[in-house]
Amino acid sequence: MRRLLGFNLLTGIVLGVVGWYAGWYAAHLVAGPSIDYFADIDVNELSVVLAYLGGVIGFLIGLGFLNYPFARLRGYPPSLREKETQGIGRYFGLCTDHKVVGIQYLVGVGVFLFIGGLNAMLIRIELLSPTKQVFPAGSYLTIVGIHGTMMMGMMTSGILGPFGNYLIPILIGARRMAFPRIEALTFWLLMAGGVILETTVFFGGFPTGWTGYGPLNIQANPGMDCYILFFALVGISMTLLGLNMIATIVTMRAPGLTWTRLPIFVWGVISTSVLMVLAAPVLIAALGMALLDRTAQTSFFIPSAGGSDYLYQNLFWVFGHPEVYILALPGFAIVLEILPVFARKPLWGYRLAVSGLLGVSLLSFFVWQHHLFVSGINGDLRPFYMFSTELISIPTGFTFICGMMTLWRGQIRYTVPMLFCLAWFFNFLIGGLSGVFLSDVPSDVTTHGSFFSMAHFHYTIVGGLVFTFFAAIYYWVPKMTGFQLNERMGKIHFWWMFISFNSTFAPLFAAGFLGMPRRVVTYPASLQFINDWVSVSAFFLGASMLFFLGNFIYSLVFARIPAPANPWASKSIEWQLPSPVPVYNFTKIPVFSSDPYGYGESAGPVAVPAGAPAGRD
Amino acid sequence: MRAPVWKLLGLALGITAVGVLIGFYAGKLTTEAGSPSYTVPVQTTNGKPVVDLTIETVAAVGPQLSPSHPDYVSYLIRNTKGQWVRDTVWKLPANATVHVTIYNFDGASGLRNAYLARPQGVDGNVMVVDGKTLDVIPPEDASHTFAVPAYGLIVPVAPVADDAKNPCGYAPCALSYDHRTIQFTFHTGKAGHYRWQCFVPCAAGWLYGFGGPMQTIGYMDGFLDVV
Amino acid sequence: MSSSSTPTAAQPNHARRVIVAWIVLSLIATPLVAIFLGPAIPPGNASVQASGQTTDNTVMITILTPIICLLLVFFVYALSQFRKERGADLVDGPPLRNHSTVQFLWVGVSAVIVLFLAGFGTYELLQNGAGGGQGPNPIAVPSGSKLQVQVIAQQWEFTYRYPSYGGLETSQLVIPSDTLIELHVTSLDAVHSFWAYQLGIKADANPGVDNVAFLKTKGPRTFDIHCAELCGLWHGYMFSTGRVVPAGQFAAWVKQQQALFASVAQYMPPYATEYYPDPQRRAG
Repeated sequence: MRRLLGFNLLTGIVLGVVGWYAGWYAAHLVAGPSIDYFADIDVNELSVVLAYLGGVIGFLIGLGFLNYPFARLRGYPPSLREKETQGIGRYFGLCTDHKVVGIQYLVGVGVFLFIGGLNAMLIRIELLSPTKQVFPAGSYLTIVGIHGTMMMGMMTSGILGPFGNYLIPILIGARRMAFPRIEALTFWLLMAGGVILETTVFFGGFPTGWTGYGPLNIQANPGMDCYILFFALVGISMTLLGLNMIATIVTMRAPGLTWTRLPIFVWGVISTSVLMVLAAPVLIAALGMALLDRTAQTSFFIPSAGGSDYLYQNLFWVFGHPEVYILALPGFAIVLEILPVFARKPLWGYRLAVSGLLGVSLLSFFVWQHHLFVSGINGDLRPFYMFSTELISIPTGFTFICGMMTLWRGQIRYTVPMLFCLAWFFNFLIGGLSGVFLSDVPSDVTTHGSFFSMAHFHYTIVGGLVFTFFAAIYYWVPKMTGFQLNERMGKIHFWWMFISFNSTFAPLFAAGFLGMPRRVVTYPASLQFINDWVSVSAFFLGASMLFFLGNFIYSLVFARIPAPANPWASKSIEWQLPSPVPVYNFTKIPVFSSDPYGYGESAGPVAVPAGAPAGRD
Repeated sequence: MRAPVWKLLGLALGITAVGVLIGFYAGKLTTEAGSPSYTVPVQTTNGKPVVDLTIETVAAVGPQLSPSHPDYVSYLIRNTKGQWVRDTVWKLPANATVHVTIYNFDGASGLRNAYLARPQGVDGNVMVVDGKTLDVIPPEDASHTFAVPAYGLIVPVAPVADDAKNPCGYAPCALSYDHRTIQFTFHTGKAGHYRWQCFVPCAAGWLYGFGGPMQTIGYMDGFLDVV
Repeated sequence: MSSSSTPTAAQPNHARRVIVAWIVLSLIATPLVAIFLGPAIPPGNASVQASGQTTDNTVMITILTPIICLLLVFFVYALSQFRKERGADLVDGPPLRNHSTVQFLWVGVSAVIVLFLAGFGTYELLQNGAGGGQGPNPIAVPSGSKLQVQVIAQQWEFTYRYPSYGGLETSQLVIPSDTLIELHVTSLDAVHSFWAYQLGIKADANPGVDNVAFLKTKGPRTFDIHCAELCGLWHGYMFSTGRVVPAGQFAAWVKQQQALFASVAQYMPPYATEYYPDPQRRAG
């Protein structure tokens, strides 16, 4: 009840609407004559942009993000007053408890992933027939665009958001993140962005797909501004999230936790965060230029007025390539984190694995032009980028060998998280090897911009990241909520998803090689069989997600069977704490003596758990 | 295992709400700009189908025919009752002869690619403009085009003069306003779904003049549904 | 905690089994892939560039086959041999943290393979451009006299200009067989991409940029042309069919097109590698 009277989601929405109108009014003061709202919005870009910006600012103020800065300005001492300790109201507002933020992320990102998935189903419905049009061609492009953009924007924080936020302080023996309010801000920015992206349908949608190439993006309807604002908010959210992770991990590790004793998941978070902090600002810059082109009549991307569309392409892919490694690296880290637990062996080749993660992170900045091989870039550049892109498969391979040798002579238990991690090897192998084809320029001439490229990145992102996302859910939700997820339904979900996923995307390699370009609403009649097979498989894949949702809701809302504190018999520190983890994590800050992979070696868990006498505050 | 009623109720409500939202979303997308096809009436001469297609192009479609986009340029088709309808998906018979009459009420915008200034893919590669047979018009005079790229059909549409005394403001435009008449004939082949578009960048306010109505089915783009 | 529950002496040599199985499988699979699967990978042999791509694809998939076999054998073996027995107590596996030979081999062999593929791809690329657009200053230029053909992409159709025939512009691409062709791809508005599928040519069309690609045709045939870069509403419908015809037929076709072109020739801008039509024209 107290929550209802304070700053919360409701006040956020109310002030967001107020901010929307304030922004629209400001735009009219600047640019347009006072004509009717809806007729105006069509041509007055500034209205849309300022209205949304006003809406976001109002939303954040309404949630209470300015309360603490104002309190400090007025002389109040630093505090974490918002860190409430109980009540479901915490989840619907600004909460500085990193565990609450983690769960907010899990649900919020999950909702938007389902929306992105819905769009995917609509795409596959349209592609059932090359001649019958379910959606008008313009709407189809918007659906394609929303699917890609929503998924990319949400999955960048898909692991670090829920699991990074929840686990990092616990894994390093801290009670909180370095910047708890910024952490909460990253979540609410993402949610605001997601809503903005969906409202693009009211403004005519956007025709560019998730890459937003110019000059088409300048030519597009006001719906394009929704895309630009969504991605800008995602970019800001990513930068802050990465910053927070790095600051926390570097400065707040508990005593005894040296760099060589860090769980591999934490290394994964570091390597991902470095990419986030360095790459996301470039995206924000590119989008800012596009926005200026659309509203202020600048011509960054208009060649006939002195600009260049290559500028956008390069800026976008300087972000875009590290972005896909932001997606892939958490997947590697989760696989390497979970495999030792269910193989009952230490992580094999710890240093090799870490150098693999950091190597991918470093190299990912040097490969972006492989997206531009046939776009007319200087011919001298192509052999270099082919070389650097081929090179990045070496550190990626480190994850494979470390995982494989961890399994070697182990005592493998096929629990649901383990199944998803094992599927990662299969999926990422196919995804990675198809990437080798795409990195080779002669082969890329045919496959660039075709469904082969689409199958490649779906294998790596869905097969790589989304599978590990589910592994993480099945693995850590018992710790986060204190309730078990039904194991048998989990196994059904896994096999259903694995089979339908491969059935959906494997034929698309063939479709690409047979000449089907991306983002097309029609195709030659000879490809109808493949497309129909893929569409039906995709419907099964979507159904498997609904099945998972059913299991999730059933287990957590209805069955509510309490989970033991350490159901997987893991040696990692989070499993030595009660489920769900208490608000202040540890009663005494633990002291670490080794990494969490001492299977077959030491007798006990990695660190002195909460409550034991030999600890330091 | 008996779950509390309110949980089940909440779940049912949640599922219903989601279903409604999905329905609304999908509905919004399907009706975004699509329109059902308009079947053009067919006559037969010597056993082969012949069709008369009468269309007009207007500078602004007006709030009556498009409440959400009253200032969009648009093509309209005349139905059997003599009314102008904003429908750009036309059902035509296969292997037919199609006589097209275009009444243009809009001024010149100019072609971006001058090559498109000559009629192609039509009988004799000529068109009749206000009674005169022409095989080209100056590209900067082009007001619109009617083009079906799959047929190689391109016909530039001659403009109403900039200083015309009696221009039409909003559609539907009656023939009493200043206009140009363009006529040509083409032939449909086998059944299929063929898009048509305009090639003149006439969408004011969008970059390259190709945004807005130029990229929206129902205004300057459409389909020939050949059955 | 004890290590593996079975005494070490009775352990079968897992590594040897895996390696033998892998070698056998690779020896069977690799030739099959190299002979049957590789050459079947599109785009085929309709042009010299397409053949180069098919060769490249064949080499790549042949080299990748043993890698796939290794992982397949490894996982099938490991996941079946090393599983914990149902109902048995949970015991830890042996504390194997590292093995420098395996590490060294893995890193070394993957590096060699990757470097070889990069090198071979570069070689294939520099032969004749492999059909990709190389920008205004191409470096992989085949020798010999070239027929210049310009591809103009616009929303939403490709048109083609032949500068050696008086700037003739057509909306159908017809090119002579057994000829070296220099394609200049450009755009008038948004970014498109000219993809001649069977000929193995893809070059992005950027406004204000001349993207050069080389093509050596072989025998007469038709080929599909698709736009491969999202360019707006009709991107999916921006396709047509081109023709490779014998030289005599090509000359006749050019004459026929020139006769039709005569009426509009007077209005055409002179042939140039980039065009900058006014972005707004006379708006309104």
